[in-house]
Amino acid sequence: MASRPRPLSPHLQVYRPQLTSVLSISHRITGVGLMVGTLMLTCWLVAAAGGGATYDAIRLFLSSVIGRLLLLGWSFCLFYHLLNGVRHLLWDAGWGFELKEAYATGWAVVVGSGVLTLAAWIAAYAAR
Amino acid sequence: MSLRSPLARVRGLGSAKDGTHHWWLQRLTAVALVPLTLWFVVGVIGHVGADQAAVKAWMGSPIQAALMIAFVAVAFHHGQLGMQVVIEDYVHAEGWKIAGIVAVKLASAILALAAIVSVLRLALA
Repeated sequence: MASRPRPLSPHLQVYRPQLTSVLSISHRITGVGLMVGTLMLTCWLVAAAGGGATYDAIRLFLSSVIGRLLLLGWSFCLFYHLLNGVRHLLWDAGWGFELKEAYATGWAVVVGSGVLTLAAWIAAYAAR
Repeated sequence: MSLRSPLARVRGLGSAKDGTHHWWLQRLTAVALVPLTLWFVVGVIGHVGADQAAVKAWMGSPIQAALMIAFVAVAFHHGQLGMQVVIEDYVHAEGWKIAGIVAVKLASAILALAAIVSVLRLALA
């Protein structure tokens, strides 16, 4: 029997991006980003266990411009995924499914992750 | 009329060939990661620019070392559960899908072990 392509339901690209859908895919993207960040955390711990010389090498890399940009990205991913993760847990508990609530918590996640990232970097520079 | 076989019905499992185990573990690790992440962020900010001796002293506290091991172990577990879903959703060739999931799980396990051994070395050496 000749196989014919099965009809498909409309896919992602036919829909206009909305806050809810953008935040949803961002949760995945930041999650994958954090997996790379956890790889760097492992490198950092292994380097620290290796002694002063290996630790200084990774410290030099992380304090470079590229290192700082990576850390900036990971810190934002971390706060975003943390806050949106709590949003997901609230949904799992059955709360916040109304459109109004979904948008309110969505904007709270956007603003909250920006504020927390900024606060963490100000604290880090102040603590140095 | 159901199109599911009697065996599938009695097993009660969906297309993931699994029950709620994966979903539940993802939530459980997520809940654990909320306080662990906050602890981690505060700890890292407190050690920005610190030398190896300061990190070693930080991990010299049994509580702090235990929290770091818990954070790394739970983070990798949560991460590999998430990566599995991403691969299942986007990689359609069965062979590549299975290879990808196996690679992520094995790599996560070995990386988590490397991090844990490192923390233990800092804590005990």
